[in-house]
Amino acid sequence: MTAILQTQKLRVEYRSRELKPPQKVALQGLDLEVRAGEVFGFLGPNGAGKTTTMNVLLGFVPPTAGSASLFGIDVRQPIARQRIGYLPELTYYYKFLTAEEILRFYATIFGIARREADKRIAELLKLVELEHAAKRPIKSYSKGMQQRVGLAQALINNPDLLILDEPTSGLDPLGRMKVREIIQRLKNEGKTVFFSSHELGEVETVCDRVAIVHQGELKAVGTVADISRGHSNLEQAFLKIVGVQTTPQP
Amino acid sequence: MNKIIAVAGVVIKELYRRKDFYVLFVLTALLTCAAGAMNFFHDDKIVRYVKDICLLLIWVSSLVVAIVTTARQIPAERESRTIFPLLAKPVSRGQVVAGKFLGCWLATGIALIVFYLFFAIIAGSREHIWPVGIYLQAAWMQWMLLGIVIAMVLLGSIYLAAPSSTSTISFVAVGGILLLGGHLKNIALAQPEPMQGILTFLYFSIPHLEWFYLSDFVVYNFAAVPWAKIILATLYAAVWIGIFLLLTWAGFRRKNLTT
Repeated sequence: MTAILQTQKLRVEYRSRELKPPQKVALQGLDLEVRAGEVFGFLGPNGAGKTTTMNVLLGFVPPTAGSASLFGIDVRQPIARQRIGYLPELTYYYKFLTAEEILRFYATIFGIARREADKRIAELLKLVELEHAAKRPIKSYSKGMQQRVGLAQALINNPDLLILDEPTSGLDPLGRMKVREIIQRLKNEGKTVFFSSHELGEVETVCDRVAIVHQGELKAVGTVADISRGHSNLEQAFLKIVGVQTTPQP
Repeated sequence: MNKIIAVAGVVIKELYRRKDFYVLFVLTALLTCAAGAMNFFHDDKIVRYVKDICLLLIWVSSLVVAIVTTARQIPAERESRTIFPLLAKPVSRGQVVAGKFLGCWLATGIALIVFYLFFAIIAGSREHIWPVGIYLQAAWMQWMLLGIVIAMVLLGSIYLAAPSSTSTISFVAVGGILLLGGHLKNIALAQPEPMQGILTFLYFSIPHLEWFYLSDFVVYNFAAVPWAKIILATLYAAVWIGIFLLLTWAGFRRKNLTT
């Protein structure tokens, strides 16, 4: 299968000043490959380098060394992001716009024709159950509604690759179920989903493969079954890999 | 270009959904109407004072709209983190800068049209003459000046974290240039070296915003300025806008947005 997301020896260092030595090495030599059509879970404890990896993939942070590409295009080129959808962990949208306006704005950015955009916006508002609130400013939405706007904007261009940063964080059980359903539906449509999460049970349910990073290094990659082998579940395997000692249950 | 226009559209929507412009317009209208209602010393030329006051208020109000709106654009995007979903789309940082500039410039242009229409109605109702040519030239030149100011403020907003500091420094710089810019050369001549050299260098390295000031032509009903001079001033503004936008893009493209 073709790799549509790839990092090679990716290294990211954060410095306070250009000429000073690095203050923090966020990623060290990360090699990652996500193939077309798979749901890929990206796991790691806080500060492991998950968000930095996503920031590089989305072009927010330049790599210090190594490379990262989407669909074979260097992530530093804006065109690399033409076929992706991105859902941030928290809702970062223009609060003075309505859901319909924000979707139209992003549709224009993607160069979607007006008639096609109208159709797509109507479909997405229905999908995330926001038709009734489409003309209300986002500032009047609840947190769950704002997260659903986020999901809709991530899907506006009918992306081939969806990058989700902890998509169920802060959602109620119904919201989580909805997100899982959408991921499953995208998978059935042959889309690729790359997502970070702390919800290991969720990862076990929906992911084809997972990668575990710790202290900026890739510690394990493979199917959930491969990684869980020899452990009772993915959580136990994860804790072992990141070096946390667990006390046996009585 | 569609991406730049889309970004600009959001800036314009933000401006008319905030209250800043309406407050400034109502204030300008109230002060002008109050000044127009009085007749100091039974002076028949009172209309000139009313025009002068109204134009001064238009200048102050449009500068406030331009500077305050522009200063918060990029810092607010970073603070509210709306920059991330935006840059996760196939849009370059250069297009974001261009869109922000265009949005602020068009928004202040719309505000200027409203202000000048009001001014024309007030002045026309008193003088019963309609010198449309000079009104158009004055509004156009002011819009060009605001283009330079907006590009300059956008550059400042990349390096200064707080919109309030960008606004304050911009007001001081614009006020200083408008009041002293044209006199710097004469002041320099009266100074010993090295001050003379420094002031002469300063004279040639600042955008001369005072060249865009046509209010006296409007107040005293002078004939319209030759269009060749207006075109020249427009080109001068375009060069400065280009310089500031290039510097803004150069700064913004290297900016680490995650810290």
